[in-house]
Amino acid sequence: MSDNHTLTRAEMGDEVHEQIGLSRTESVQLVETVLDRVSDALVRGENVKISSFGSFVLRDKNRRMGRNPKTGEEVPIEPRRVLTFRPSQIMRDRINGK
Amino acid sequence: MIRSELVAAVAETHPHLSAREAERVVGTIFESIIDALADGRRVELRGFGAFSTRARDSRTGRNPRTGEAVHVDAKRVPHFKAGKDLRERLNR
Repeated sequence: MSDNHTLTRAEMGDEVHEQIGLSRTESVQLVETVLDRVSDALVRGENVKISSFGSFVLRDKNRRMGRNPKTGEEVPIEPRRVLTFRPSQIMRDRINGK
Repeated sequence: MIRSELVAAVAETHPHLSAREAERVVGTIFESIIDALADGRRVELRGFGAFSTRARDSRTGRNPRTGEAVHVDAKRVPHFKAGKDLRERLNR
């Protein structure tokens, strides 16, 4: 087990720089491009399936009545689209040291 | 969108990369997320979302075909929470 700090874009860029030998600047841009392309597809309404990683799956939720927990007042929750992630079996196994 | 389509889109944005390099870039990025989670770390990508793991206790499950009780070990499961920006863009 290595250090427990949070992995961020900058460090992912470093990883691309080291593994592939592209410049640091371009490597960070590439991380951004990958995240942007995934986001764009989701915003278009497409699910995104990355083999051996997992799937980003959109779900449409119907309107329902909720409650303001502070006031107890009933408030409608409008129909909305939510994003869920289904990890691949490979990811599940790796996280459990298999 | 599937992985190969993502690789093609990345290659289109960075035209001087070879197809192989674009594939390796995509592979390295997703691999780094799995590695971090396997090391017990969180992954925070502002605007996009955050990956973390959650603990699940051991439990007694059942083989759905035979109905037989089976022990399921405690484990960690990956979790993703979409970032605020992305959540809002999905509903615009």
